[in-house]
Amino acid sequence: MHAWRIIAAAGAIAMLAMTAQAGTLDDVRAKGFVQCGVNTGLAGFAIADSQGGWTGLDVDYCKAIAAAVLGDGDKVKYTPLSAQQRFTALQSGEIDVLSRNTTWTLTRDASLGLVFAGVTYFDGQGFMVPKSLGIASAYELDGAEVCVQTGTTTELNLADFFRSQGMSFKPVVYESLAESKVGFFNGRCQVYTTDASGLASIRAADAPNPDDYVILPEIISKEPLGPVVRRGDEQWFTIVKWVVYATIEAEEKGVTAANVDDTRANTTDPVVQRLLGTAGEMGALQGLDNDWAFNIIKSVGNYGEIFDRNVGPNTLLRLERGINALWTEGGLMYAMPAR
Amino acid sequence: MSENTAGVEIARPSRGSIWNDRSARAVFYQALLIAAVVGAAYYLVSNTLDNLSEREIRTGFGFLDQEAGFFIGETVIPFDAADSYLRAFFVGLLNTLRVASIGIVFASIIGVVVGIARLSRNWLIAKMATVYVETVRNVPLLLQLFFWYSLITGALPAGQEALSPLPGIFLNKSGLAYAVPRYDLLHPYLIVAFAIGCIGAWLYRRWARARQEEAGEQRSIVLPVLALVLALPLAVFVLGGAPLALDMPEWQGFRYAGGDEITPEFMALLFGLTIYTAGFIAEIVRSGLLAVDWGQTEAALALGLRRGRVLRLVVLPQALRVIIPPITSQYLNITKNSSLAVAIGYPDLVSVTNTSLNQTGQAIECIAILMAVYLTISLAISTFMNWYNRLAALVEH
Repeated sequence: MHAWRIIAAAGAIAMLAMTAQAGTLDDVRAKGFVQCGVNTGLAGFAIADSQGGWTGLDVDYCKAIAAAVLGDGDKVKYTPLSAQQRFTALQSGEIDVLSRNTTWTLTRDASLGLVFAGVTYFDGQGFMVPKSLGIASAYELDGAEVCVQTGTTTELNLADFFRSQGMSFKPVVYESLAESKVGFFNGRCQVYTTDASGLASIRAADAPNPDDYVILPEIISKEPLGPVVRRGDEQWFTIVKWVVYATIEAEEKGVTAANVDDTRANTTDPVVQRLLGTAGEMGALQGLDNDWAFNIIKSVGNYGEIFDRNVGPNTLLRLERGINALWTEGGLMYAMPAR
Repeated sequence: MSENTAGVEIARPSRGSIWNDRSARAVFYQALLIAAVVGAAYYLVSNTLDNLSEREIRTGFGFLDQEAGFFIGETVIPFDAADSYLRAFFVGLLNTLRVASIGIVFASIIGVVVGIARLSRNWLIAKMATVYVETVRNVPLLLQLFFWYSLITGALPAGQEALSPLPGIFLNKSGLAYAVPRYDLLHPYLIVAFAIGCIGAWLYRRWARARQEEAGEQRSIVLPVLALVLALPLAVFVLGGAPLALDMPEWQGFRYAGGDEITPEFMALLFGLTIYTAGFIAEIVRSGLLAVDWGQTEAALALGLRRGRVLRLVVLPQALRVIIPPITSQYLNITKNSSLAVAIGYPDLVSVTNTSLNQTGQAIECIAILMAVYLTISLAISTFMNWYNRLAALVEH
């Protein structure tokens, strides 16, 4: 008589456990912060300073998500993740969103139980060599030794490029980013390869003398970097996707962190009114407050400001907008209409 | 019903309920424990599989047939990016076995020497050995590997400024490139001749020992052994036309290619593992030597044996009984510690598995393969060492 009640209760709990997987939005609201997976230390994208505060492009998108969902861009906790741990951490629920310069590929979209929620930076893979070798092009690298980090699309693109050109090379594969940088700057290998933005960051921040190194002009792959969330949680996926679009739309409409208060009070443009919440129900439809986009822009600014602050021409990385410009200026940044 | 020794049946009194029977209770408890363990394992496995399929994460070992897509820096067998993941794992396994086996041999040699040195009557040698052992045992292995790797890549010259102590040998940051003899049809015959020479030398040694037992004649075996082992291959070599073609390493823009090479990763891993484990083996050897009763050494000295012969013929064979079991675990440690290679860029099994894990996303399958392989290697080593232990054990009557 007693036993079947216990069995029934256990069965009910088991079924509840299976359905509790969805609802990252509710979890985030309950705990009061967003748990964000970021890089262990890549200048311009995610790097911790000596007081433990994080800065970077990926970090700014974590803050944007927190601002949209919780109203405050500071309600984020950062989990530094290596290239190996990043997907397992997201799959297991340890983090809510992965914002870690991760390339959007078919394998990752289809077979990991994860989905990409947009592109925050269109990048490509390149090579860095010491100037003393006198090499001007990636096609002169036959027989070179190349330092590369394990478990990245970098490794695969490297193999593909050399195979397609009929050239040979020797990979020296390190587990950690730090070790791979040390190996290259010690002279163990003659070439370093990663995304072009990563090369700029490493040359500026980690090279003993940045002028001794040159980044070769060839870009050998497409590396669209963006935030990743778990599959099966459509609401959270939609929210993160539209956080990215909101920043791009804000830049297109000229809304900045400085003028967002003014703009919300005084604008007559219906598109901006819908975006900033004075018209329409854009926030409520997603399950958020209507000033979701207002909070994002107030907290981190629009896409152009995020770019300039972290990786732009006035920072250590000195990167141009290039293909990351708005579509109206010849680039690839295009926000879906928020209506 | 039971029988007494005279074969007459005696009736036992009834034992009451089966619960009071000790052996029945024991069987019942063991069955319960087995059911609990199997139940827990089943729950874990089925829950994991359910969660994986619910989140649409790919499972199964089908990925092993797919193209790997990455190159491996150094391989024992040829490997191309178009080969399968299974072949990549096999290459990683061969790399691990290569560094583990060479490490075991060198660590044993250095460990025995240092262990004996600690017991030396020469104060300086004993103290140096002590300092070595204490330093090496107290610094974490990963730090030692980083140290060796930084030393090798930092201190060696780059590129064409390689050190070249002999023609055909080049030592620089990219490793040690050395010339190898080009393959000639004579080589299998040379190997066969060498094997015949070794067998002949062994047979001669047996004959010389038997002569010593019977007639007390001591014959030096060094010269005949050397003659047999070296002369026969040398004769075959000369008769075959003395092919001396070498594959020389040549500068090819970035590094010396051609011939064979030893990479800095392999060197650093080998040095680090060997020196670390040799410290532990030295202590084990020392404890084994101290475990042999001093009376044995006194008796051997009284018989007029020199100290070297006392050590080799009297003390070490008895010390082996104490030494072998702990050394087994040190050998297992070398094999498992070689997995730290991933931190310094040597493509061992763990490194290749990491890469595969990242590219396919199938963490559970890859880690399961890794654990199974290491378990197999460790069991093989300990089985072999236990067999050797039984050989070296004293038979007590």
